[in-house]
Amino acid sequence: MNEAVPFWRDERVLKWIAQIVFLVAVVASVWYLYHNMITALAARNLLPSFHFLKLTAGFDIGEHLIPYSRNSTYGRAFLVGVLNTIEVSFLGIIFATILGIIIGLMRLSTNWLLNKLASIYIEIIRNVPLLVLLVFWYTGVFLQFPRLKQAKILPGPTIVSNRGIAMPWGTPTATWHTYLYILLAGLILAAIVWWRLTLIGKRTGRMPLVTVWSFLTFLGVAALGWGLVTLIFHQAPLALSTPEIKGLRTVGGLELTPEFLALFSGLVFYTAAFIAEVVRAGIQSVSKGQIEAARALGLNGFQTLRLVVFPQALRVIVPPMTSQYLNLTKNSSLAVFIGFPDLYSVAGTIHNQTGRAVEVTVLMMGVYLSFSLATSIFMNWYNKKIRLVER
Amino acid sequence: MSKRVFYILGLLLILGALLAACGGQNSSNAQPVKTVVVTVEAKGNAASGQGATLKAVKDRGYLVCGVNAQLPGFGYVDKEGNYKGFDVDYCHAVAAAIFGDPSKVEFRPLTAKERFTALQTGEIDVLIRNTTWTLTRDTELGTNFAPTTFYDGQGIMVRKDSGIKKLEDLDGAKICVATGTTTELNLADQMSARGIKYTPVVFETADQVFGAYEEGRCDAVTTDKSGLVSRRVTLKNPDDHIILDATLSKEPLGPLVRQGDDQWFDIIKWVVFATFTGEEMGINSKNVDKIKAETKDPNVKKFLGLEGEMGQKLGLSDDWAYNIIKYVGNYAEIYERNLGPNTPFNLPRGLNASWKDGGLLYAPPIR
Repeated sequence: MNEAVPFWRDERVLKWIAQIVFLVAVVASVWYLYHNMITALAARNLLPSFHFLKLTAGFDIGEHLIPYSRNSTYGRAFLVGVLNTIEVSFLGIIFATILGIIIGLMRLSTNWLLNKLASIYIEIIRNVPLLVLLVFWYTGVFLQFPRLKQAKILPGPTIVSNRGIAMPWGTPTATWHTYLYILLAGLILAAIVWWRLTLIGKRTGRMPLVTVWSFLTFLGVAALGWGLVTLIFHQAPLALSTPEIKGLRTVGGLELTPEFLALFSGLVFYTAAFIAEVVRAGIQSVSKGQIEAARALGLNGFQTLRLVVFPQALRVIVPPMTSQYLNLTKNSSLAVFIGFPDLYSVAGTIHNQTGRAVEVTVLMMGVYLSFSLATSIFMNWYNKKIRLVER
Repeated sequence: MSKRVFYILGLLLILGALLAACGGQNSSNAQPVKTVVVTVEAKGNAASGQGATLKAVKDRGYLVCGVNAQLPGFGYVDKEGNYKGFDVDYCHAVAAAIFGDPSKVEFRPLTAKERFTALQTGEIDVLIRNTTWTLTRDTELGTNFAPTTFYDGQGIMVRKDSGIKKLEDLDGAKICVATGTTTELNLADQMSARGIKYTPVVFETADQVFGAYEEGRCDAVTTDKSGLVSRRVTLKNPDDHIILDATLSKEPLGPLVRQGDDQWFDIIKWVVFATFTGEEMGINSKNVDKIKAETKDPNVKKFLGLEGEMGQKLGLSDDWAYNIIKYVGNYAEIYERNLGPNTPFNLPRGLNASWKDGGLLYAPPIR
């Protein structure tokens, strides 16, 4: 009576078969593409090999965070590009976030002028391609500064010319390493203060200004340490280096090139427009009743924002913010159009000098993927931390 | 398993792969050995096999030639939208030799960075884009160089009012340079040898390089001397700029093809030699028909296809060289038309004269 269902009509079996067929199709196409590539490369005597990374690069790079010269290897040149990309993305993310939050709050302001200014900014910047903005900043702004001979010297001295901006900067001296340990001690002390004050706050129900006190602790230790080191070793941890014009260049201080400045400004102002909208969306997602309740409790405008609105808005803000950060990092590869030696630009040169297209592209994709995954991990961790705790 | 674990695993995997790639000497050296089997079977069906390129070009009905689109005099687009220039004329010469019709060419404008990949992947049949012949490019890139069509050297251009007279004056200078060129490497070598500190500002295209130089981003700009002469004409005030006397390098420029198709390589080589030979024999586009009708010289007869079936040895028709001279001209004509006294560049022949006039152009006998 109870006849078994034949397997070709058994839904469970069919599901499995579909999965297996799909898997085989995916594996086969990947294998086909790989085989195709290897065959084509072999026919041209270009089998994949990363040996070239050990050879002398032979070209110079304009900006490098680690020592580099034409005698360095291709591997090191690649690393220089990676670090330049990290530098501009990291600084870009921080400044874009600050600017984006300010503009997002302006956009919500009841002050008509602020509100309209923010709207106009967002609408203009969001609707212009980033590449156009970069070229604008580069050729329209930073290259239009006076020539070095007629450079504008601002107090500091800060030298502003079409060779970039050179400003005073501290250079580490022999005692810098000792001072680093004191800074570390300051950090630990600040963390202890944070922990103790939070405990006290929880016990008494009156939360002290935890952040402010921890920060003051750190500053205090840093200042005290500075004085001590200078007294004991007769040398401050950092010496002031001021820029001066010498021949065709500026010497000393911190030099920011027009390429870096243009890329940095372009990325910050562009991404800030998107972040502003993300912030606005997050804040508007907090129901009006919450704000009214906060006001009814007697909190002022800033307190309402800090204690009631922001903690709830963050849940909505963080996920889209993560994609803005990823966008900024990846957009930094447009640097190649304005001559900033980022990862993409340097990798392009290496590819060209060695002819190793596949290897260089794989390395480059791997690095960008790592950046993106690292950012995602951090932001997901943060997202989890601020998630609404339901009781 | 949470998503985070997947992310971290993925990240570790990638980092691991990268480290292995950077550090694993053994694994990277072992790889080619493993795939030798593939190499053998690939040779047979690859499009770049013996004689395959000529066949592909003939079947297609036109030649695909990789050129520069931003170097007046060598490869550029004129006001009517046509490709013109010294290198472009060599594309026409190849088309004339194959089809008897110099117009059967499709041009692919390429940047310095794109050019070798375009050739390696078979997107173009031949690359004639002011490319310097070097050992690395001749071997590792999988390409072969045909004879040099233009002997050049790297130079440096600066503003007159900068007071820079020689290389040593460039200490601390910013120098604009195009990426992916031998120029970039020569500059690093020469400056390092002389102990001169400088900062390169690197761009992808010549337009960007000279644009940045003109905006005052750099104290100097460097490329092949012919390139400097040709680009100087396009600057706002050409007279405000001078080219330093110093020559940084040897830059023999010529056509190149993929390795693995010797017949095609031979064709390109002999097209170049035919233009040299034409000048040596005094045969040009104006007198070629008359000479062909009247000549009794066996060497001229072989050259113009009246004797010896020279063209068939290359896989072409016997009047291949006649077509080149007739439709494009001999070397002197190509040079005068694009770079000679009647052009804005007015480049002296210098090394690019026939050996009979003390230059370096010397063609093996066509026999």
